[in-house]
Amino acid sequence: MSVLVNKDTRVICQGFTGKHGTYHSEQAIAYGTQLVGGVTPGKGGTTHLGLPVYNRVVDAVAAGPVDATMIYVPAAFCKDSILEALTAGIKLIVCITEGIPVLDMVEVRQVMKEYPDTVLVGPNCPGVITPGECKIGIMPGHIHMPGKVGVVSRSGTLTYEAVNQTTLAGFGQSTCIGIGGDPVGGMNFIEALALFNDDPQTEAIVMIGEIGGTAEEEAAEYIKAHVKKPVVSYIAGVTAPPGKRMGHAGAIISGGKGTAQEKFAALQAAGVHTVNSPADIADGLRKITGWE
Amino acid sequence: MNLHEYQAKALIAECGVPKPYGEVVTSLDEVARVADKIDGDRYVVKAQVHAGGRGKAGGVRLVSGKDELNTAVREIFEMERLVTHQTDEKGQPINTILIESPSSIKEEYYLSMLVDRSSRRVIVMTSTEGGMDIEEVAEKTPEKIIQIEVNPAVGLQAYQIRDLFFRMDLPKVLLRQFVVVVTKLYEAFMKNDMAMLEINPLVRTEDDKIICLDCKVSLDENALFRHPNLAELRDITQDDPREAEAGKWDLNYIPLEGNIACMVNGAGLAMATMDIIKLHGGSPANFLDVGGSATEERVTEAFKLIVSDSNVKAIFVNIFGGIVRCDMIADGIIKAVEQVGISIPVVVRLQGNRCKEGAAILEKSGLSIVAKNDLTEAAKAVTDIVA
Repeated sequence: MSVLVNKDTRVICQGFTGKHGTYHSEQAIAYGTQLVGGVTPGKGGTTHLGLPVYNRVVDAVAAGPVDATMIYVPAAFCKDSILEALTAGIKLIVCITEGIPVLDMVEVRQVMKEYPDTVLVGPNCPGVITPGECKIGIMPGHIHMPGKVGVVSRSGTLTYEAVNQTTLAGFGQSTCIGIGGDPVGGMNFIEALALFNDDPQTEAIVMIGEIGGTAEEEAAEYIKAHVKKPVVSYIAGVTAPPGKRMGHAGAIISGGKGTAQEKFAALQAAGVHTVNSPADIADGLRKITGWE
Repeated sequence: MNLHEYQAKALIAECGVPKPYGEVVTSLDEVARVADKIDGDRYVVKAQVHAGGRGKAGGVRLVSGKDELNTAVREIFEMERLVTHQTDEKGQPINTILIESPSSIKEEYYLSMLVDRSSRRVIVMTSTEGGMDIEEVAEKTPEKIIQIEVNPAVGLQAYQIRDLFFRMDLPKVLLRQFVVVVTKLYEAFMKNDMAMLEINPLVRTEDDKIICLDCKVSLDENALFRHPNLAELRDITQDDPREAEAGKWDLNYIPLEGNIACMVNGAGLAMATMDIIKLHGGSPANFLDVGGSATEERVTEAFKLIVSDSNVKAIFVNIFGGIVRCDMIADGIIKAVEQVGISIPVVVRLQGNRCKEGAAILEKSGLSIVAKNDLTEAAKAVTDIVA
């Protein structure tokens, strides 16, 4: 078992024939992902990387079951692409692209209320990988190893750091989910934690957060109430400066929350094993699980 | 991207929101021309900088007569930079001054709009406690901050604005105006892809008119592609010059107080690198994210940038090669070190894709580069150097 994706997950790529879409589709295929085709409007009927290209997502869905889509279209067109995949009935949408206007995502989230069974991961994220089975995203496949740690993170390269440590330690990963760092995105920590909590393959969870927002504080509440598995967490940004400010609205809404210290404290209060160094994630797992 | 008050006011005025009459000057010569257009002989003089707290810092003055006006404008320009509780100790440069017609104030309210992460919607916040320290109001008397969420499918509705109005217990004579003003502010927010809009104070005048006395706006950087006219409003003099230079190369750079310069790929790892330096007793000189796909050119520019800080005693490069190959990064670092002429110690931690090959290249280069694969060892090495 794993979460979200496995060896049977049938995936398409939106923005298939573009530079990023092409490169990362090649990487996904090489990793063993069941890529079954892609979408580029106007290029329907042709083939790319030996796979069929469709004009519309609904055409790809009609040609055979599609479980997931990975989106590599430019930021200006991502709202359109996410909504197209959503309304075509694809249940897992992974949007890698960064730089999407926040009001576009506010609209996307509104429409998603009509599709409660659909999961969006991202945008502005490395993607989702179940090691040895399915890679949807830009993460380097070779640092992963099938195993027992579920990894969820808001960051990109910092996720690789955690993954690499759990691989070197021999623990491996069940699934790694990069949820992305945008103010308004898809899956949050709580939804990822719920999946890992129910997944038999996942024996422990690594959660990597960052300063800003209150997602980690909310996750801490959830862990305290529901999560039965050991959780190790690191929050980046203890030394980050407060930053230049304009006005007070941001401070009022955050109510003093959002600092790394606040997040560490909330997680510790929830029984999470926190580590102060990004290099100590595997050690943290050893301590809390007794794994050698 | 932050706007100046006068730019923000122009955007809301375009949507029909009432504001005081005013114009900006960039020199003393222009003052007489603007003064002639304002009725009466009283003026509000406001330094235009990207920061709040201007009044307490002496950047906002109410004056009578043209002599006082000239004196105030001259004195504010002579300050050159304005230091407020929202700026650093160097303050923000004053290049533009707004001269406005004064308003007769009966009451001051607070209004802001922003995208709320939790509800994933635009929210509108208001308070009757405008003009004062609104953060203190929010902390001590949160019931005095009233907020509503906007459903993006239909936008802000009049009943929601009336809800704000009646919960604020405002005088009925203002009802119609309040609904119109808030509707138009929301229109300006959406039309211009604002990330934050704050009116503090929103004023009730002696003759019961609602008017926006101050206006702060931040635009969503990600949406500037669809507003080329707004992109032109960027005032780079308000940014740190090094941050501005970094922006040209798509580098995300923030100068700090310490002496260990950092160069990292990815924002999260860049913050984590600063944290681990601190954890081992060092102090980071900057935050620098060279991006997920670091190229040789950007690595070179990044080196130039971090050595322009005279406090820097050592450089810590932390690259996790995902898609990027570490041997290619190593070549880039060597070229950059040679080209920029770096004389201080450089500790390079390479991990991931072809990291051993990368480390070998650095070892063989003959330059004073310490290469490590382990993050903790690398952090200790660089903090030991400056200790």
